[in-house]
Amino acid sequence: MTSSASTTLAVARSSPATVFGYTPVQAIALAVMVALVAFTPSVLYPVFLMKVLCFAMFACAFNLLIGYVGLLSFGHAAFFGMGSYVTAWTAKNWGLSAELAILLGGVTGAGIGVVFGWLAIRRLGIYFAMITLALAQMVYFVCLEAPFTGGEDGIQQVPRAKLLGFISMQSDMAMYWLVAGLFLFFFLLIHRIVHSPFGQVLKAVRENEPRATSLGYRTNDYKLIAFIISSFIAGIAGGTKALVFGIATLTDVHFSMSGEVVLMVLLGGLGTVFGPVVGALVVTAMENYLAQFGAWVTVTQGAIFVVCVLAFRRGIIGEIGARLKLAL
Amino acid sequence: MFTIFGIPGPLLFGQLLLGLINGAFYAMLSLGLAVIFGLLNIINFAHGALFMMGAFVAWMLLNYAGIGYWWALLLAPLIVGAFGLVLERTLISRLYKLDHLYGLLLTFGLALVIEGLFRNEYGSSGMPYQIPSALQGATNLGFMFLPNYRGWVVVAALVVCLATWLLIEKTKLGAMLRAATENAPLVQAFGVNVPRMVTLTYAGGVALAALAGVLAAPIYSVNPNMGSSFINTVFAVVVIGGMGSIIGSVLTGFGLGVIEGLTKVFYPEASATVVFVVMAIVLLTRPAGLFGKAA
Repeated sequence: MTSSASTTLAVARSSPATVFGYTPVQAIALAVMVALVAFTPSVLYPVFLMKVLCFAMFACAFNLLIGYVGLLSFGHAAFFGMGSYVTAWTAKNWGLSAELAILLGGVTGAGIGVVFGWLAIRRLGIYFAMITLALAQMVYFVCLEAPFTGGEDGIQQVPRAKLLGFISMQSDMAMYWLVAGLFLFFFLLIHRIVHSPFGQVLKAVRENEPRATSLGYRTNDYKLIAFIISSFIAGIAGGTKALVFGIATLTDVHFSMSGEVVLMVLLGGLGTVFGPVVGALVVTAMENYLAQFGAWVTVTQGAIFVVCVLAFRRGIIGEIGARLKLAL
Repeated sequence: MFTIFGIPGPLLFGQLLLGLINGAFYAMLSLGLAVIFGLLNIINFAHGALFMMGAFVAWMLLNYAGIGYWWALLLAPLIVGAFGLVLERTLISRLYKLDHLYGLLLTFGLALVIEGLFRNEYGSSGMPYQIPSALQGATNLGFMFLPNYRGWVVVAALVVCLATWLLIEKTKLGAMLRAATENAPLVQAFGVNVPRMVTLTYAGGVALAALAGVLAAPIYSVNPNMGSSFINTVFAVVVIGGMGSIIGSVLTGFGLGVIEGLTKVFYPEASATVVFVVMAIVLLTRPAGLFGKAA
């Protein structure tokens, strides 16, 4: 890799009107989002909001791959689910504090991500999707049989570990601030990554991989690093969810979870900044509402997939952005 | 009782047979996936759901119309194939000009809708489907008892795979199909109606999945999840074999079924994961798959 090439590519981002890589409209939208995160818990049930934020983190991690590198992973449940198992297990059995347990969840996700990524980036497109799907299925079967996951029961009654060892997380609002802080941190981090020289190379790989290669970039290294970052954040999201609900189960590692995160990002808008968050909100709210109607959740999810792919490929935020001629 | 490598013979052969049966379904499903992928360039994620539909249509024919197994073997693939034809014409055909990943997402959504609808109607618990009277009972092969129906499934799957191979490799229709896989615009320039061929290919692949579903109905209970439990393994099979050749898909399907069966005998804990381990090894050594061409 040559540094001169990375500066040439990086030029494109430094258009004058951006603040930390945000256009003015994006900055306003960001401020609105932060305000919503800060004030909605006084209106809505905090546990529901925490669920939304965990999935929003998960969806943002996924969007980093599909939106900016063009890799469709169908195995992200493996990182999310294993992150949730490891956080739950260490918080319960080792009595780790909240931040360490969640961090270990993220590290677990990244560790699996190294193996998955290393195997899967050998193939492109549809094959990449099938390989990640198959590898995640293997992780699912391991979780089904391994003793530490508790099989069908999962790991239950996970204590909400104290933050830094002394701040109690027992009240939902204390937990909420932790989740909100984590979400905002990773939301900004992903944006920072996307707008770094590294992120510009990722986009170059997405647009034209042979050309990026000919410019001297080892594209596979870039793809692998992006994959590992994405799986790390997915693991963090899974671990956080395990602490919020005090339970880690097979649902989190099942392949329908991989499908769900694809749906969130597709519905919100692939490659948009705020799309994954909106998608996570809509999908989670819909599931909460439809939970009483049994399998209609699955039917509705499938129908949204079909409608999005056929008529609505830009997703909610992408569509709004296109109408207003703004990048959101 | 005799033993092989310290394993009782009947146990070994029993698991080998189970492996062959699973392999038969892997082969038929990955064959359909490969044929569809060759011409349409999409991975049909709904394949498992359509396999399940095949089993359900057979069950419905029996319970609502009193039509037995042998007619179902013919009718269910036709009905589900017609359904596939409608799917291709109304939905999938709109995506050919887009990134192939959209085809994957669309068929994934279709699979969710189909499975969800069946789960709403019939619940998640399975419904039994009787083995037809002609195939009940078992035959003593000397070293093991072979349940007749299971033997029939293996033979039928082999015949179906062979027939598909003959159709694609040895007939004029198959030659046009292969030509269109290589270069569709050129074939169209010769006056072949390629869009119609694409539609019929999709319907054919779907019918193959439905036929596998009917064969599976008496072995596994007929339930809405029977497809999704198979299809993930079938994807691994497709990655291992590569989608380049018909024979490749068939051999890989049967081979992995047998490997799975043997693993159940020697190291049962790994039987669910062995296919994926094989996939990882193949990816490391031959990224294009055993029978695939480099993409």
